[in-house]
This record gives sequence, structure tokens and C-alpha cells, in this order.
Amino acid sequence: MSLNPSPPGAYAQDRPRPQSPADLFWSFTWLALQGFGGVVAVVQRELVEKKRWMTNEEFLEDWAVAQVMPGPNVVNLSLMIGDRHFGLRGGLAALAGMLTLPMVLALAAALLYAQWATHPAMAGALRGMGAVAAGLIGGMALKLAASLRTHVLGPWVCAALALATFVAVVWWHIPLYGVLLVLGGVACVLTWRRLAP
Amino acid sequence: MTQVFALQATDWLNLFLYYLSISLLAVGGAIATAPDMHRYLVNQQAWLTDVQFNASIAIAQAAPGPNVLFVALIGWHVGLNAAGASPWGWALGLWGALVCMVGIMLPSTTLTWLATRWAHRNRQRRSVRAFKQGMAPVVIGLLMAATWVLGRGQGQPATDALLWLLAAVVAVLVWRTRLHLLWLLAAGALLGALGWV
Repeated sequence: MSLNPSPPGAYAQDRPRPQSPADLFWSFTWLALQGFGGVVAVVQRELVEKKRWMTNEEFLEDWAVAQVMPGPNVVNLSLMIGDRHFGLRGGLAALAGMLTLPMVLALAAALLYAQWATHPAMAGALRGMGAVAAGLIGGMALKLAASLRTHVLGPWVCAALALATFVAVVWWHIPLYGVLLVLGGVACVLTWRRLAP
Repeated sequence: MTQVFALQATDWLNLFLYYLSISLLAVGGAIATAPDMHRYLVNQQAWLTDVQFNASIAIAQAAPGPNVLFVALIGWHVGLNAAGASPWGWALGLWGALVCMVGIMLPSTTLTWLATRWAHRNRQRRSVRAFKQGMAPVVIGLLMAATWVLGRGQGQPATDALLWLLAAVVAVLVWRTRLHLLWLLAAGALLGALGWV
């Protein structure tokens, strides 16, 4: 599927969609509960691949917006997706799903933590899960990268922009807002020139 | 540690106002504002200890759900401290968690909601399309960078190589298979608990 043909942001009507705000609440609760060390990989897997509420391209577009707005990315994303389907009610339902039960669990974990934190098996388990969490995000990035093949900028410009972003963050330790402003700005201007007026 | 923490009504208000004020600064995730929270809550106000602050972040990273929940845990600890030995410990802890979470979520969520609405109404505009599509390669670069930063390990060469290998295998599995993400996390926890990675 290409980034171009369908009007961006317009959601096809014949596609699976959430049934109700309650469906949104529980879907996002389930998403959040699977997200150890970051929820974004789970969002892509569940909403794009399993539920098919959105395509990879739509996910990337929404994620870009969620990323530049202040506040936690996945929380912004849940609000945006919920709002699109059921307005403010849907947005708040998705937001509440993302935060309520996980918050209860985090408080429970805080109560247990004091007793188990120093146990070597516990420390090891956390280390192992941390590495897996990194791999989950990497795998998702590889999957999403496939959608760049049909990007208006062409695969090579896209690859160069992605690589420059990676280097700027990992090696040069440039703050995120700087990266988004400069590289994001360049990418948007280039895209703007390519899009038909 | 026999520090005395007593919070007056105005202190709770200040806590709430503080979180309202940093909400819009949290571009790129709430964790980016953690250093400032430490400055204000631990150094300036002494509402919670260094150990409690660090534990709040560690627990939120390990528990499922968005990492912003570390803010709820900070509030929880402030509440527990304010309650002291009184039987109201848990109630004040919950109150503290709510004060902090509502404070940090309210401004950013409102802004995101308004911006999303605007962008959706103007989705046919060339500039909106250029922004949403143009950011895609930069977002993928950011996800790759997140993989790198999370997978970096703890600077122990003996175990880091194995952690890297685990992260890489997981990335390929996510990319190429539809294996459930929870199985991967469980496998990582098991490998870590057994001391294999």
C-alpha cells in the first residue's frame, strides 16, 4: 500500500473499527498490560496487525504527531485514536484504559519492590526483559521501514533521513526537540515540495 | 531515616501546579523532565528521598504500561511520606498519585487533543500532509535509536554481548513472525532469572 493514493487521515469505512468506548478502554488496557519497558511495539502489533483498525502508514503518521506533541507518546496516541472513532468520549476511554489498571499494578509493584529488589533472580529477570523490550522496538522499526519503499521521497532519501536521525540521537546526543526541528523540518519541506499542490 | 515530611494544603497545591507547569515541557516523553523533578521534589522541597525517587523510575520501567507512571509512583511516595505512621498511608499515597498524574497529563492531553482535531479538519492541506508523511523516516530513525539506547546494557562486557544477541534475535522474531510479544518477554525474564544473559 502506498502513502499517496488514499486521502491521508481519511479512514476507510469498510475496515474493522472499535465497537464502543468500552471496547476502546479494554483494548488499550490490554495493550498497556503487555507493554513492559515501552508500549509502542505492542500498539503497532495489536492495532495494525491484529485488530486492523489502522494501516502501518496511518500508524506512522499518528505516531509522528504523538511524538512532537508534549506528553507521553503512547498516551497521546491512545487519545488521538480514541477521539477519531468516538470523539472526546472515545479519546478519554482510550486514555483511561491506557493508565488506570497499569497504575494500580505499578502501585502494587512498588509495594512488592522493597522486598525483592535485591534478589539476584529478580535483577536478572529485569535485565532480560529490558533486552527483549529493546528488541521489540527494533523489530517494529524494521517492519515499519518497509512502508518507506513507497514514500514520495523515495527509499534512498528516506534511508538517509532515518540514518541521520539515528546518528544525531545516539552519537551526537542532540536533544529530541532539536532533532525534530532540524531533521523533521528538512524531511517535511522535502515532502512538501514533492506533494502535488 | 527519620526525616519528617508534612504537607500542608498549599504544598499539595504547589505539587499540582508544579506538574501542570512541566507538562508542556515533556516533549519526547515524561522521562525527559525527570532531572527537573528531582531538583524540585528531592532537593528543593525534600518531599521524598533520593532512594524513593530512583525506585519510582525503576519500578515504572519494569512494570507494564506507559513509563509516565513513574510520576504516579513519585506522588504515591510523597503521599506515604506525608502520612507518616498514621493509618491514612495508602489513602494519602493514592491521593498523591492522582494529584501528580492529573497535573502532568491535563495540559499536554488538552493540547494534543486540540492539535489533533485541527490537523484532522485540515488533513487535505498540503502542509498537514507534508508534515505527517515527511516525519515517517525521522520517526523510524528515532525508533532505531530507542532500540540502541535501551539495548545498550549496563556497561558490563561479559554480559552485554549476550543481551545484544537477545535483543537482535527478538527484533528478527518480531519482524518475521507473529509470535506473541508476551512469550518473548517471558522468555527474556526466564533467561535473565536463570542467569544466562
